[in-house]
Amino acid sequence: MFSQIVFRWAKENINLFIVMERIAGTNTNSDNEGQKLSSKVDRRSFLMSAGIAASVGAAMVACTKDHEPTPGAGGSVDLGSGDVGVLNYAYALEQLEAAFYTQVIATPYDSISEAERTILTDIRDHEIIHRDFFKAALTAAAPTAIIPALEVDFSSINFKNRDSVLGAAKLFEDTGVAAYNGAGNLIKTADYLVLAGKIVSVEARHASVIRDLLKQNTADFAGDDVVDNDGLDKAIDPAVILAAVKPFLKTNVTGANVGK
Amino acid sequence: MDIFKIIDDLQKIDGDAVGRLEHASRRYFMNRVGSTLAAAAAPMAFATIVNKAYGQTAAAVDVLKFALTLEYLEDAFYKEGLKASGLIPDKYKASIAQIGKHESQHVAYLVKAVGAMNLQFDWTYGGKLSDTFSNFKTFITVATALEDTGVRAYKGQAGALMKDPGILKVALQVHSVEARHAAQVRRIFAVENSSPGTKGWITGNASPIALVQAVYNGEENLTQGGVNLKGLAGKSDNAVSEAFDEILTKEQVLAIAGPFIKA
Repeated sequence: MFSQIVFRWAKENINLFIVMERIAGTNTNSDNEGQKLSSKVDRRSFLMSAGIAASVGAAMVACTKDHEPTPGAGGSVDLGSGDVGVLNYAYALEQLEAAFYTQVIATPYDSISEAERTILTDIRDHEIIHRDFFKAALTAAAPTAIIPALEVDFSSINFKNRDSVLGAAKLFEDTGVAAYNGAGNLIKTADYLVLAGKIVSVEARHASVIRDLLKQNTADFAGDDVVDNDGLDKAIDPAVILAAVKPFLKTNVTGANVGK
Repeated sequence: MDIFKIIDDLQKIDGDAVGRLEHASRRYFMNRVGSTLAAAAAPMAFATIVNKAYGQTAAAVDVLKFALTLEYLEDAFYKEGLKASGLIPDKYKASIAQIGKHESQHVAYLVKAVGAMNLQFDWTYGGKLSDTFSNFKTFITVATALEDTGVRAYKGQAGALMKDPGILKVALQVHSVEARHAAQVRRIFAVENSSPGTKGWITGNASPIALVQAVYNGEENLTQGGVNLKGLAGKSDNAVSEAFDEILTKEQVLAIAGPFIKA
C-alpha cells in the first residue's frame, strides 16, 4: 500500500526528481576544484577569473550592448550581461515562482487547510511583488534590455495533489535561495547586492515554511540536504540553475553572460 | 550594555598563526576555507593574508569578527536551552537541535578564519529577563529576536564584502540559513503564544514582544531601490513589507545584542 503511494507520487514527480538530482549533484565547494586551484595563482589572474577587477569590469560593462536580449524571437530569450543580466535572471526566476503560486491559489490542491491556503497566498503575493518590482526596476534602468514575460510549463506538476504542489514549491524556493546566493558575487552595484539580500532571506523563509509543511517539526526546514557541514546554504551558478528550471519553462532562457 | 567596550574588545583580537601562510595565494586560501579539507588544513592565518598582502580587505576581517560575536551568542543560547531539562517540548527538540548545530558550525567556521574570542553572556538581558531557560515562551521569543537580528545583521554587511567575493559568498550562505531558522522559530513562537499574526516572515515592524522592538524597526519600509512600492500589483502594505527583509547596521545590531554580552 505504502509503496504504491510512493510509486504513484514518484511517477507524478519524475521531472522534479531529475531536477533535484541535478541540484544535489552540484557541490560548489568541491575538493576537486580546490585541488585544481591549489597551484599558485597570482592576484591578477584571480581577479581576472573572478571578473571583479575594476578595469576588467568596466570593459565588460562596455560589452553589454552586444548581449541585449532578443525578446521572444523563436521562443528564446537571453538574459544579457552585467548587472542587467543579473536583474533579468532574478526577474526570470521570480516570474516562474509568481506563475506557480498563482496557479496554486487558483486551483488549490485537494483538502488544503486554511492555514496552508493563508501561507501559500502570502507567498504568492510576495513573489508577485518581487516579479513586479524587478519589472519596474528593469524598465527604469534598462528599458531596451528587459526580458519579456516568459511562458511557463507546469505540466509535470499535479496541482490537485498536495505532495506534488509542495514538492514543487520546495524545489522552487530552495532553487531561488541557491540562485541568489550564487549570484551575489556577480553583482557590481552595491544597491543591487543589498536588494538581492533583502529578497533572498524572504525566499529562505519561504523555503523553511514549505519544508516544515511537508515534514512538520523536524530538522527539515534547514535540512542536511541543503545546509552543509559548515552550516552553509547552497550557492549555485546561473548556468546550473537555468538548466534546473528548464523543464518548467516553454521559453528557452539562456544566460551565459549574466554578471559578465 | 557597553557598545564601545565590545567594539574595543573586537579590535584587540588578532588572528593567531601569523606568518604561516605568507606564501599562499588568496585564491588558494579561499578555496581551502571553502572545502571540506579546511578542517584538516589547520593553519588559518587569515588575518595575515588579508592584512599584509591585500590590506584593503581588512574591512572583511572586521565583518567576520562581528559575525563571530553574534554566532557565539546564538550558539551559547541554544546550548544552554538544549541542556535545560524540561524547557524545550519534545516536538520542537529536532528543530531547535538543528539550529543549535548550525550555530556551532558557524562558530567553528569563523574561528578558523579569525581566531577564537572569549565572550561571557548575561541571559537576563541586563535584568529584563528572568526565565530565559525555564520558560519556553521566553526562550522561543529570544530565539525569534536573535534569528531575525542575525538575518538583518548579515544583510547589513554584504556591501562591505564586495571586494572579497569568497567571503561575500560564505556570508550569503550563512545569511539564508539564519533566515530559515528565523522562519521556524517564528512559527513555533506563533503556536506557543497563540499569535497567528506572527508568520515565518516579518509583517510591518511587528515585534513579538515590546522589549525587542528595535529588532523590527524599519521592517515596515515600502521603498526599494528608490521606488515606493506602496500598492504595487494591488497588494497590501503588509505584503510589500513582508516581501523584503531590511538591513541593520553593525551599531544597531550591537545595541540590540549588547545587553546579552558581558563586558
